[in-house]
Amino acid sequence: MDLKQTPLTEEHKKLGAQMGPFGGWLMPIQYSGILTEHAWTRQQVSLFDICHMGEFLIYGDPQKSGLNRIVSANLEVMSVGSCRYTSMLNEAGGIIDDLIVYRLKPDQWMFVVNASRIDIDAAHIKRYLSKDAKFEDLSARLGKLDLQGPRAYDVLRQLLGPGISALTYYTFDHFVLLGENNVVSRTGYTGELGYELYLSNEKITDLWKLLLKDNLVKPAGLGARDTLRLEMGYTLYGQDIDENITPLEAGMEKFIDLKKDFIGRDALIAKQKSGDARKLVYFAAESRRAPRHNYKIYSGTKEIGVVTSGSFSPSLSYGIGMGYVTGGYDLVGTKISVRDNTDKSEILASIINKPFYRRSSLKK
Amino acid sequence: MNIPEGLMYTKEHEWAKIDGAQATVGITDYAQHSLGDITFVELPKVGQSVTQTKFLATVESVKAASDVYAPLSGNVIKVNESLKSSPETINQSPYENGWLALIGIKDLKERGSLMSAAAYKTYVEGLS
Repeated sequence: MDLKQTPLTEEHKKLGAQMGPFGGWLMPIQYSGILTEHAWTRQQVSLFDICHMGEFLIYGDPQKSGLNRIVSANLEVMSVGSCRYTSMLNEAGGIIDDLIVYRLKPDQWMFVVNASRIDIDAAHIKRYLSKDAKFEDLSARLGKLDLQGPRAYDVLRQLLGPGISALTYYTFDHFVLLGENNVVSRTGYTGELGYELYLSNEKITDLWKLLLKDNLVKPAGLGARDTLRLEMGYTLYGQDIDENITPLEAGMEKFIDLKKDFIGRDALIAKQKSGDARKLVYFAAESRRAPRHNYKIYSGTKEIGVVTSGSFSPSLSYGIGMGYVTGGYDLVGTKISVRDNTDKSEILASIINKPFYRRSSLKK
Repeated sequence: MNIPEGLMYTKEHEWAKIDGAQATVGITDYAQHSLGDITFVELPKVGQSVTQTKFLATVESVKAASDVYAPLSGNVIKVNESLKSSPETINQSPYENGWLALIGIKDLKERGSLMSAAAYKTYVEGLS
């Protein structure tokens, strides 16, 4: 299958990026190196090409349109100008996708979804959306850049003026950038103070170049994005969560509202009563060795689960990971060991509370 | 790509610097560059015997864990302990400070299956 390309492919190549496949797209994995880019994001500001992600525009009253049944959070309580992290579930309670909802107007919404799920999500939404609601897939013409790091505010203020200071965590507003009025939100996937900037594909290359003119800003690839999100304990769709996993198993209780009606709710309530067979846990290794996807998790000699994501933590200098374990083994403080499928030595680890990294500038 | 003269090379991108009956071994500049930032090394144990083309060590980068194979058979005389706390030395100096182990060579004839610097250069150029 041919990989899709963002409008910035040529820019990445000029910057010497190593390119690789992600969710059906050819994306920059790293420029100067994952550790350098990770550290720069934690200390200064990094710029990420996130044009692969999907954006939907939906017009409709949350109840009458059926939209409030499609997501697990309650859209009615959202104020205009706010964002909310939530999920869409199937009837069995499995996660079709995790996404961010933007309330643009009382009856106008933007859904930002994972690149690999755009078509599946669109079909799911259209199936349940009422006839008088309107659905538009902007993914092919709307670009997105993530500007992330403790100095992101300083950089963006130069460009957009003091109005940017009104953006608190998980809010957005419209700003004129390169002659186009579009959305800037205070959101991200790194755990740092940061923004996501939406702009048409025609203008996104100019915005990329403009932001990189600032010496504080350096490009970062999906390699660093992965280690940054893992240090915060953020899940990655397709790796940590999928259609066979419920938000209860994935520890996403905070992002679902069981008091309202939504697709998958009945299944979740039934599962809540029977107790979860498995729970997502976060664990810190005792050494620099990285737990990795599909490594098995043991308690003593008993196999209790599997690693979904793991890495060396660049900020903490030890191995970190997340994975699913059998219920009862998920308590914080539980000692586990992690092994690959060879006879190599095991990685000793302890279950801890997320996030792994606690000095972030996220809400400053 | 840095490929020093005087060392012997494998297709798996290990190098061996043979000095009499001993060989210092490590991974090549090409290998460290493909792996990216190296974050962890599991070294063999001193006294352990190793076999040519078989498992010698694990080198992990942020991206992946890779096995390193012994370029020659023999017993491990010494390992580079400094890599435990500073595995990034392999990225910075793959042929000098980033060496992995010193091996007492069991059979010098095995060097016949290794490549010279010139042959390895041709081999690497053929990969890209």
